[in-house]
Amino acid sequence: MSKIKLTIDGRKVQIEQGKTILDAAKKINVKIPTLCYHEDLCVAGNCRVCVVEVAGSRALQASCAIPAQEGMEIRTNTPKVRNARKDIIAMLVSEHNTQCTTCYRSTNCELQTLSAEYNIDNNRYLSILKPNIEVDRSSWSIEKDDSKCVRCQRCVRTCSELQHVNALTVSHKGKDMKISTFHDLPLKDVVCTNCGQCVNRCPTGALTERRYFDEVWEAIGDPTKHVVMNTAPSVRVALGEMLGYPVGTRVTGKMVTAMRRLGVDSVLDTDFSADLTILEEGTELLVRLKKALVDKDDTVKLPLLTSCSPGWVKFCEHLYPDHLGHLSTCKSPQQMFGALTKTYYADKKGIDPKDIVSVAIMPCAAKKFEANRGEMKDSGFQDIDAGLTTRELGHMIRQTGLNFLELEESTYDSIMGESTGAGVIFGATGGVMEAALRTAYEIVTGREVPFADLNITAVRGMEGIREASILIEDAVPEWSFLEGVEMKVAVAHGLINAREIMDQIAAGESPYHFIEVMACPGGCIGGGGQPIPTNEEIRKARVAAIYEEDMNMTLRKSHENPEIQTIYKDFLKEPLSHVSHNLLHTTYRKRQHY
Amino acid sequence: MKSKKLQRVDFIFDCAGCEPIEVVKKALKMSREEVVSSIIESGLKGRGGAGFPTGMKWKFAKDEVADTKYVICNADEGEPGTFKDREILDVVPNKVLSGMAICAYAIGSKEGIIYLRGEYNFLLPKLNGQIDEFNNNLSKIGLDFAVSIRSGSGAYICGEETALFESMEGRRGEPRNKPPFPTKSGYNGKPTVINNVETLVYTAMIINMGVEEFKAVGTMDSRGSKVFSVSGDTPKAGIHELELGLNVADFVEEFGDGDTKAVQVGGASGHCVPRKLFKETIIGFEGIPTGGSMMIFNSTRSMFNVLNDYLEFFAEESCGQCTPCRIGTQQLIKGVEQVKRGEMQSEYLDQLIKLTETMKIASKCGLGQSVANSFSSIVTNFREEMIY
Repeated sequence: MSKIKLTIDGRKVQIEQGKTILDAAKKINVKIPTLCYHEDLCVAGNCRVCVVEVAGSRALQASCAIPAQEGMEIRTNTPKVRNARKDIIAMLVSEHNTQCTTCYRSTNCELQTLSAEYNIDNNRYLSILKPNIEVDRSSWSIEKDDSKCVRCQRCVRTCSELQHVNALTVSHKGKDMKISTFHDLPLKDVVCTNCGQCVNRCPTGALTERRYFDEVWEAIGDPTKHVVMNTAPSVRVALGEMLGYPVGTRVTGKMVTAMRRLGVDSVLDTDFSADLTILEEGTELLVRLKKALVDKDDTVKLPLLTSCSPGWVKFCEHLYPDHLGHLSTCKSPQQMFGALTKTYYADKKGIDPKDIVSVAIMPCAAKKFEANRGEMKDSGFQDIDAGLTTRELGHMIRQTGLNFLELEESTYDSIMGESTGAGVIFGATGGVMEAALRTAYEIVTGREVPFADLNITAVRGMEGIREASILIEDAVPEWSFLEGVEMKVAVAHGLINAREIMDQIAAGESPYHFIEVMACPGGCIGGGGQPIPTNEEIRKARVAAIYEEDMNMTLRKSHENPEIQTIYKDFLKEPLSHVSHNLLHTTYRKRQHY
Repeated sequence: MKSKKLQRVDFIFDCAGCEPIEVVKKALKMSREEVVSSIIESGLKGRGGAGFPTGMKWKFAKDEVADTKYVICNADEGEPGTFKDREILDVVPNKVLSGMAICAYAIGSKEGIIYLRGEYNFLLPKLNGQIDEFNNNLSKIGLDFAVSIRSGSGAYICGEETALFESMEGRRGEPRNKPPFPTKSGYNGKPTVINNVETLVYTAMIINMGVEEFKAVGTMDSRGSKVFSVSGDTPKAGIHELELGLNVADFVEEFGDGDTKAVQVGGASGHCVPRKLFKETIIGFEGIPTGGSMMIFNSTRSMFNVLNDYLEFFAEESCGQCTPCRIGTQQLIKGVEQVKRGEMQSEYLDQLIKLTETMKIASKCGLGQSVANSFSSIVTNFREEMIY
């Protein structure tokens, strides 16, 4: 590829054709401030914060949007540039609800940082903040506060480019321009999947997850309540980012200790129910295959689609309601956990389930909605009382004043605290598929999957859609009908890729037997409840940490989890049993498509 | 600088000696290079307001290699005070179409589109018939090119060329980042020439009358003539084609009501010329360029109200995507109102003029960049009206 030579602040730099001035500046460590720019998204060039001087041009140029050209002479730090930037930031502040002290994003807000950097005083411009802006708190998952919106459109681009959902869109123009929904309906009434990717990319407090930690603090403080927290696989590789650790650090032991110090009665592991999901969903797959191949039942829906990601599930309900039969009936690990907490766990511990408050710590915004779905009451109570994000847990830990870096490590409580590496890798895209294959292949052939160290690298990685196949040979008698079958699987992450998968299914052209779909880019490690900021580099570091965690586990196959073996022996009997059906499986419904 | 005397011209509406389809035939006898170099040589600059050299635009598009290229006629005439494109399309549509056809031949395009301002839909019945007939005639003379019409979507900003493409492609009318420029990547990402209605007529007239005759009119920097939309406090409101290069004093002499206090040259996004500057201000690219809007104000008018109207127009018609334009326009309104009410010191006007400088250099498109023109010219020249 041909290289371009240009100078930035008098220093020479070479960069590939097609790269922007901003890219070139980064290359020589010249920091140009940005706001609407986000590495995951297409260029907008609308905030104008990143303007620079280009020799020969009267107007300043937005460095994020202008391609570097041969011989360009760029100045990033002249009085003209500084004045313009300061003016632009001051304008943004004049339109903003500057009640920073009461904002959830305070200290992690890009406008606040810029304003501090450029020393914006309060009286350069008059406030043009619109009066009486109501916060949209209609959704279980996401709050939208237009008084804090800087109109960078990152959320709109996220919803369209990464997720292809288009729940958020720009409406009106000029002074009335705003980020809106279809007909300005409340978030709960539109196609929003609650994935929270917009929240992860919002530079300010305009889009945040709906917080429930005050209710959880109340429960912890209530001596009559038994508070159970379970933590999703990907929380342990991201939480550290909020508490002083570098990206990609595993903080499992310290996290467990911290939660115990919060005053939680029992700290348990969602990885347990991830393992359980593998048994249930793996068996569901094999049963569907049997019905299709042996019984020649043409009503069986294949490929089977995973159902762990509630954003993805809701996406199907809105946009592919005619194909819900492909979704596994398995509840997500969070909801399995909740249903068992208030039945099996309560029984074993001798606690009245009405006194249990079950809290799930999730990398996810959609889990909040999922916990509040009407059908998630199979234990006779609301199965999960509160779904908190990784960020909310980070805040709770900060509120306790714990010095996280100095905490000793500890292990999860029992029961439902035991897990395997297979449960852990649920946190990364491809992980559910890998865990399922580790177990299903062994059930069918009696042998371990034929991959070094059980690592099925074909389903790993960051490509939007990945596919793999595995040939079944020497099947055990019970599954002999699968002899010689080449199992075809696919993995997709990010809803734009899910759409491709679903379009294939809708057209009747899907070549696969089993497909894992995660709503968020990178899977749960890139979830809408994870620490902000996010980008591909951060997501890759978290994924690496997940696989490290897996390699460090003694048990790495779900069916080898001793607590799973016990629960089947004592309570569930077998996968897809009557009890399983009642507690661990669910149904889906059609939702409106706007 | 010496100005030209006021001189009426009739290139646009006079049809004697100009049968549009014959002009296209004449162009077809020239090589594509000759057509483009004629337009370059003529010195013709865009008549929509921005004044980009038309021939260069055509050359850039011609030099692009692409399977599809477009010729678009920008008839989204929205600048306050201008109405000449409407008249041109109503009276001499075939001249516009021949300009498009000549451009198509020159750059190698098969598809032309007129983006017609939504409020001009009343022109459609007649215009559609004329286009059909013209398309037929083009195929008879062997030019593989056809024109169709797209009705605009009601926003001022859609007259900005890249916002216009967005609108045509079915999206929000928001300006794009430039580069790439339309001649490289325009409508549907294809090389596109987008010209104003009037510009296209002049290209046909240049081919018809020859470069030299066209160049003899106007000045070094502003070749040819221009159609003006004259409105306001004038007994001669309407459309007038004049040689470029005259000064505002002569213009006022002809069109004013004897009590002219100011002339707004170029619409809301243009400049306000006060009486004391009439004589030294030339209308044209060496002085103040205009897309044609000439609003005349006499001494009964409040320049504060004039400015306020313009600002409200901009605050409403900004697409809202970029910070300087969306917020700057609102700050200007609020600022001048508060100064007028005595809630802010008059020095705040200077702060606001600085703000328009930022808008001028940092806005994404011409809309936000040009708010400074009317703001600073009105506030500077009529400061006392802003305060008292």
